[in-house]
Order: sequence, then structure tokens, then C-alpha cells
Amino acid sequence: MAALGVFDTANLNSGQKLAMKYFAVALPLFGAQILFGLLAGLQYLIPDFLFQVLDFSVNRTVHLNAMIVWMLYGFIGGVYWMLEDEAQHPVVGLWLGKLIFWILTIAVAIVVLVYLLIQIGPAEMSTIWFIMEGREYIEAPRWADIGIVVSVLVFFFNVAATFSKGRYTGIGGVLVLDLLALFGIYLAGMFYTPNISVDQFWWWWVIHLWVEATWEVLVGCIMAYMLIQTLGVRRKIVETWLYIEVALMFGSGILGLGHHYFWIGTPQYWLTIGGFFSALEPIPLVAMVVHAVFDSGVHKLRNSNHPALAWTIGQAAGNFFGAGVWGFMHTLPQINLYTHGTQWTASHGHLAFFGAYSTAVIAFFYLAAQKSRGNVWMSGNIVGGWKWKWSMAFLWIGMIGMTMALLIAGYEQSQIERAVGGSTWMAYFEAQSHPWFMQAMTWRQISGYIFGLGYILLVWDLLTIGKRETRSVSELHAEQPQPA
Amino acid sequence: MTTEAWWASPSLWRKTAVWITGGSFVILVFLTFDTMAYISAGGKQVPGYSIINQRVDYQYDDEKKRYLPVIGPEEPLFGKMLTEEEAKALVSKGKLTTQAKNCMQCHTLLGNGAYYAPDLTKAWLDPWWGNKEIREQQMVDFLMNPQDRLHNALGRRMPNLNITEEEARATVAFLKWMSAINTLGFPHNFKAIDQSAASAQQ
Repeated sequence: MAALGVFDTANLNSGQKLAMKYFAVALPLFGAQILFGLLAGLQYLIPDFLFQVLDFSVNRTVHLNAMIVWMLYGFIGGVYWMLEDEAQHPVVGLWLGKLIFWILTIAVAIVVLVYLLIQIGPAEMSTIWFIMEGREYIEAPRWADIGIVVSVLVFFFNVAATFSKGRYTGIGGVLVLDLLALFGIYLAGMFYTPNISVDQFWWWWVIHLWVEATWEVLVGCIMAYMLIQTLGVRRKIVETWLYIEVALMFGSGILGLGHHYFWIGTPQYWLTIGGFFSALEPIPLVAMVVHAVFDSGVHKLRNSNHPALAWTIGQAAGNFFGAGVWGFMHTLPQINLYTHGTQWTASHGHLAFFGAYSTAVIAFFYLAAQKSRGNVWMSGNIVGGWKWKWSMAFLWIGMIGMTMALLIAGYEQSQIERAVGGSTWMAYFEAQSHPWFMQAMTWRQISGYIFGLGYILLVWDLLTIGKRETRSVSELHAEQPQPA
Repeated sequence: MTTEAWWASPSLWRKTAVWITGGSFVILVFLTFDTMAYISAGGKQVPGYSIINQRVDYQYDDEKKRYLPVIGPEEPLFGKMLTEEEAKALVSKGKLTTQAKNCMQCHTLLGNGAYYAPDLTKAWLDPWWGNKEIREQQMVDFLMNPQDRLHNALGRRMPNLNITEEEARATVAFLKWMSAINTLGFPHNFKAIDQSAASAQQ
């Protein structure tokens, strides 16, 4: 084993070494997401900026796809990180997992280059196959879809086979079933139809059942492991909570899909079903907050990794506010008739993705930083501990600023364009040029820069935290009274 | 150690999770089949593609208290009556154009997409096109050369997306067909372009 505080992958098990590769791609993609978000945001303020070079549509495509990919990389990394610990067995078929990592990463690079350099194509199926599908979030061309399916299958094989050969914990069981669902649902988005109602119906199967169901459960699994690792919570408690969360999450989230079926040509009963079940969606998120805060309290916040635990508690809170409260605010059809497709949705989207998912992945980054330096001390008085605190502060302040600014823009748009103006093009541009809207967009941009600053600090911190540390995490365990 | 309370048992919650998930999924599958009867072309809420041979309007229904599409007399697109098959091919080409040009990353369609440009759900009916006599040509011209046409005080413009005339005409067909979908009153309060006989005489 390398000296304490020195970065060395010899400190990691083989699953964790693979996880580090995924994390190493996820972090720069997070940066790309921010960069292209800033470019797109700036185009609201300076419409001629990069006009016909990198248009808003291109910037937003990269902004969204970089986000999806870095989060998926973060989740896959998180799962490989915990796999050997959980299953008590080396990763089965590791070489295949490594191979797929390189194939997937090269595919992602090609897709992004095509988005940036080729951008669009003629109205032929070849465009769908080789350039892009033109469907928000799942733009990836069909060849890449097939690649993603194969990669996910290999990943699934690694996970399921390792648990089968080792031991199936509760977390492992939930994880395997969830990955199976996650894989199956992706197939629902891989076809072309001229009928936009049918198109959007299945498109939401993929987007919603990923983001508001299977991703939530996946994060529930890796965060359960995180609580065991950082706080030392008893497995039985964590797993019982996980089952409760799964019951609540799928119980509300599967039929909560109906809140996307209000206005796309789908029948009227979805107004009732979607409204009712999506109104229940915040409940599991409350349960997660209670869980994280209660466990932290029971352990008197005594934990082995302060940054990771801080991001874990931030995850519970961010998930609850971003996905839960912000989602609920505009989910009932009676208000959604006016807010659907306005900046209100963007406000919710920003806080929800960051709150529920970015935070979880960042927590894993810190776990990885700790172990790859030989399990250094990351509790009280970390050397250079200001960096993680300030990066966290800037990221949260920036995100809350963007969310609030977009919410104000959304209120204004819902009233002036929708309720009063009736959604014509004239009404749209009247609302877009209103001072309230423009001020909101300016504040969104400023908040975006603050967020970017937080990201730079985060990268700096992840590369250096624990470097000059001479204490080991075992000192914490030595002091800790053993449970009776 | 005290006996565990029944409600704190992991196995109870594991079973609950399995049953709730399975039950919800079965209901979703059932509803999906039912919904297909509404949203297939020619279904209860989504029209067949040859609807583009007729006038499409959007009016407030006083009984239902919402705006609904109203199908009027024959008004073939570009003056040419099409069979259902021909209409489907044309609308399909238009839909493919909207995907190949990534329209959804600036506009919303049926309210879904990006918010940098107006919603296209009722674009066919927008008063911005002037009157119904010049609308079709206006739309085709705009789609082919939008970059020079300043149409708002913000200076926000649509880029040139190399849309051919064939693609532009197909896109107009797709937009006309989409405007005939019953979206349960979305968008609300939308005042459609005047398509009455009186407006044509002006």
C-alpha cells in the first residue's frame, strides 16, 4: 500500500479501479454541461452570440446530453465502487466491463463531436441513425442507442453475476431488479413514428420512468451504501428504509407518469391519475430526508468523510425541494395548463437534477478521493478544508439563484404569455421581452457564473484533498465506542 | 434485545415494495393499451393524416369549458387533395424534418421541448401568418429562409437549417395535422387566425 495521502490506485479493489475511470470521465463532462449551459444562457441575453455557429439548439443539446451522460457515468461508477464490498466477491467479468468502458467513452466522444460539428441533417432516416434523433434528452443517434443497450447489458451482467457469486444483500437485490427495469425502459424510445402523440407517449416512458422512478431507486441504493460507509449505520435499518422508499417511489412514480399525459392527445382520465399520483411523488423524498437526517442525528454527525456526508444530506434536501416541492408546485393539471412548457419547467429541472443526482455523484467523488489516497482522514479539520466548503457553497448558491430566477421567469411567462396572451407567437415574444423576464435571465446568468466558480473549486479540491494529510481514517474508528 | 415491531420488519417492506411495484406496473400496461385507442392516427383524440385536406380550427367549447379543434369543410393543403396514404407520407416527412433539424431544442411541440422559441402545437393557426390565403406560402418561405426575418423586438432569430422546399412543405403538413390533435384545451385562450369565408373576401 502506498503512503498515506499519496494518490495510488493500489489502494482500491478492482471494481473501484474501474469506477475511478468512470468518475474521471464524469467530472469533465460535468464541466461541459456547465460550459454549454452558460453559452445557451448567454444567448437569451445576446441573441446574436454564436448565431449560426453554435446555435441555442446545439448548446442546449450538449448541455442536456452531457448532464445525462455524466450522471449515468457517476451512477455506474458508484455501483462498481460498492460492488465488491457489497457482494464480498471480486467483479465477475471485469475485463468485459473495462472493454465496455472504453467503447462507451469513444462512442460518447463521437456523438458529442457530431452534435457540435455536423449538428443537423436532411429529413432522412440516415440522420436519425447517424447524426441525431432530434428528441429532447434521447437525441443520441440510433447506432449509439444500440451501443448504449449493449453497454448497459454488460454492466448488468457484471453486477448481477457478482452478487450471484458472492452474496445478495438487500441493496444488491433492489439494485439488480432496478437495473433490469432501467435497461428495458430504454428500448421504449428506439423507434420512429410520424404520430407525435404516440412518439411523446413512449418518449415519456423513457424519460419519466428513468428520471422519476428507476434513477431515484438506483440513487437510493448507492446512497444506502454511502450511509453505511460514512456514518456506519446498521445495514438492517438502511435496507428496511430502502424497501419503504422503493414501495413509495414506484407506488407514486410509475403512475405519476400520467402528469406528462395531460396535453399530448392522451385521454382525459390521465388528468386525474397523473394529478393524483404525481401529487404523492414527494412522499418518498420526505422519507429520504427523514432517513438521512435521523441517522446523522443518531450518530451525532460523527462520520468518516465530512464532504461526502454533507453532499449526502444535501442530496436528501435537494431531492426533496427540487424534485418534490418544485415538481408538485406545477404538477396538478389545473395549474399545469398554464405552466407546461415554460421556464417554470426549467426551474424545476435545474434544481431537481442537481438536487437528486449531481449531489449523489459528488458524494461518491469524495468517497473515491478518500480511499484512493489510502483512506486518509476526512473528518474534522481537514487540511485545506475551506475548498470543499466553499465549492459546495458556490454550487448551491449558484443553483438556488438559477432556480429562483427561472421560477420568476416562469411565473411571468405563465401569466403574460399563457393566461392573458393565449400562447400565440405575439404573446410569446411579448412575455419574452418583458423586463421581468429579462431581469430574471440576467440573474440566471450571474448565478450560472457562481455555479461555474463552484465547479472549478470542486475540481481543484477533488484533486488535492487529503494530499498533505497525515492522519488515517482508522483514528476515527479507534476513538469510536464499539456498539454493545 | 426486545422483539421487533411488525411494522419495522424488513421482509414486510420488501414484500410491500414488490407488490406495489408489480401492481402499479400492471395498471400502467393496461392503461397504455387503452390509451393507444385514443392516440393512434384516426383514434378518438388524434385525427387521421388526411385531416390536412380539411379546414382545422380551434375554438372554445362552452359546454366542456375548454378549447378544442374544430374540423371544417374541405380546404386541401397547397390546393391538392391527398389520400390517407399520401397524407401519411407527407406528414411523416414533415415529422422527420422536425427531428432531423432538432426543432425541439428551441421550440416546444405539444408543450414539450425547449423554451427559446414559441410553442408549435397550434403554429398552423397562429394569427402571425396574416391571413389564410397567404399562410401556406408564408410558412414555407419562413422555414426556408428564417435567418433574415426579424420577427420580434428581442432580435432573437431562427437560424437557416438548410430546409429544402420539399421538407418545408412537408413540415407545414405536419404542423397542420398536429393542430388537429385534441390536446384537452392546451394551449388555453389561444385565438386562432380568422379562417371564415368573410376573411377570405377581404
